[in-house]
Amino acid sequence: MRYFAILGMIIVVAVVATASSALYTVQETEFAIVLQFGRPVGQEDTPGLHVKMPFIQQVERMDRRVLVLDTRPERVLSVEQRPIIIDTYTRWRIVDPLAFYQTTRTRGQADLNLTNLMRSNLRAVVGDVTFETLLSPARGQLMQDTQELINAQSERWGIEIVDVRILRADLPDEIEQTVFNRMNAERQAVARESRARGQAEALRITARAERDAVVLLANAERQAQITRGEGDAERNRVFAEAYGRDADFFAFYRAMLAYENALQNDNTRLVLSPDSEFFRYFADPMGTGE
Amino acid sequence: MPWNDQSGGNNNGGGRGPWGQGPSGGGGGGQGGGQGPDLEDLLKRGQDRFRRATGGGGAGGLGIGGLILIALLGFGMWISTGVYVVDAGEVGVILRFGKHVRDETPGLHIHAPYPIETHYTPNVEQERRVNVGATEPGERRSANLAPERLMLTGDENIVEIDFTVQWNITDAAAYLFNVENPEDAVRDAAQSALREVVGQSTLETLLTSERLPVEVRVQEISQGVLDEYEAGIIINRVNLQNVLPPPPVQAAFDDVQSAEQDEITFQEDANREAVSRVENARGRASAIVLAGEAYRDQTIAQAQGEAARFVSIYDEYALAPEVTRQRMYLETMERVFGGMDKIIIDESGSGNGVVPYLPLNELQNSGVRPTSR
Repeated sequence: MRYFAILGMIIVVAVVATASSALYTVQETEFAIVLQFGRPVGQEDTPGLHVKMPFIQQVERMDRRVLVLDTRPERVLSVEQRPIIIDTYTRWRIVDPLAFYQTTRTRGQADLNLTNLMRSNLRAVVGDVTFETLLSPARGQLMQDTQELINAQSERWGIEIVDVRILRADLPDEIEQTVFNRMNAERQAVARESRARGQAEALRITARAERDAVVLLANAERQAQITRGEGDAERNRVFAEAYGRDADFFAFYRAMLAYENALQNDNTRLVLSPDSEFFRYFADPMGTGE
Repeated sequence: MPWNDQSGGNNNGGGRGPWGQGPSGGGGGGQGGGQGPDLEDLLKRGQDRFRRATGGGGAGGLGIGGLILIALLGFGMWISTGVYVVDAGEVGVILRFGKHVRDETPGLHIHAPYPIETHYTPNVEQERRVNVGATEPGERRSANLAPERLMLTGDENIVEIDFTVQWNITDAAAYLFNVENPEDAVRDAAQSALREVVGQSTLETLLTSERLPVEVRVQEISQGVLDEYEAGIIINRVNLQNVLPPPPVQAAFDDVQSAEQDEITFQEDANREAVSRVENARGRASAIVLAGEAYRDQTIAQAQGEAARFVSIYDEYALAPEVTRQRMYLETMERVFGGMDKIIIDESGSGNGVVPYLPLNELQNSGVRPTSR
């Protein structure tokens, strides 16, 4: 009875142990390969629960997702020897887990391999084109080329390169500074031009106003002179009409007015001769004269 | 309390037995519905054994009862690992042995307990945001993000841009299973797309023209990239938060702005000055014209007055010319001579040597005196 109990327990333990060794799961994000004493004997791509030979087979799991390769920014030279810092990002995935396991085995190793591959290919591709091309729409094609190059070389590792893209293409610090200097110079020129234009325009506006003012005054002056002339003309006409009645009397009358006006000042001293017309009766009441 | 609430899920039912359901053993091949009675059966059997044991005698029997209780409790707890809640906006993605078997809508659910079934509940309604070049949209202080912000334009200038990407999960399973670090994928794709677009634009257009076309272009490119990865992500919007000249040239760019203001100010000042000058001239011109008119009217009026006076006098004179003439002469002389100093010298009486001896200086002095007084 006791033996049976012990035997039963042993059997239960054995069954559980066997089951847990014979069964394995594959996640949606994984591939699994089955190794028998370290030798790959099978590959399981479908997720779920699977059976293997207990104890003598092991399972290695590999990521089947699109993976990130994070590379450091790389200083490369364009064909005209201009330096540029290119930061790329690469997305890749394992397409042949068996090959991957045999050649690369770990993610770390794969990253290392791909980084080296990336670095050398990037240098080659960028070194073939001009700086301008790197900024142009052709850059997409450039990355396509790089991707194909790397793909061809990484195929033996069971790796497919999904995407190679330029994250950043920047200038090295010292070049960047010259760009900033140039930008500053350009902006300063634009600012100077703006101000100069403003001042020129201001001068033009002022000058135009000055001209308008002068013309206005001159026109007014002309108008005024014409008006004065009219006045004078009218005066002459009026006088001519009035005085024309008797030129002789006018001469006398005007002379009288003139005497009166001209000699009003009491500063005037007259030295008179009693012979003058005024004194006609001065000595001679008959006024007959000499 | 059937542990397999999914009646259709019999695709690997055969494998279930050996795993979790040791006590019910032979029931492994059966449907989920059969498990309940088995459990009751087990309970009943346990109770029987318990009764028998207590009948047999002693504290040992109590121990077996306690063990069963503990086992039941453990079993219950194990079952409870299958209970989960899918919140509003989330999708329950259920995996059986790692295989994606079904999706669940929001609510309280139960799946087969761990490790048979597991679940993820990604939120597919919530809009997510990735900031590039700034930790918060609009905030640009962080200097170590500067390399993310600075980028080369097509005309080899440098511009500083920070932006946010708003995105959603469209396919929960694809989001969970296809891409490593999907959030980074969004960030990288958008960043790379923006640099591509900026690399094909000039600084001028980036700073001055509409942002929308750039945003749309970046959105298209990065969406294409993510679709290529089958990331299960849709990019709703790319927002350029700040598009600015980089700090080392900021002052120069600002100065251009103020120079443009200056340009306008110069002109406006000149315009104001011009207006005032012209208006002033206009005023003076009016004054000149009016002065001319005044002169004309005055001259005419005077002339008419004088003429009228002459005419009146003449009319009078015409009646008796001789007398009037004499009278006028005398009256005038009277007035003229009346007001002044007179020296009458009879030259005929004293010969013709008197005039030269006149004390002209004295005459003048006496003439000055009134004015100096």
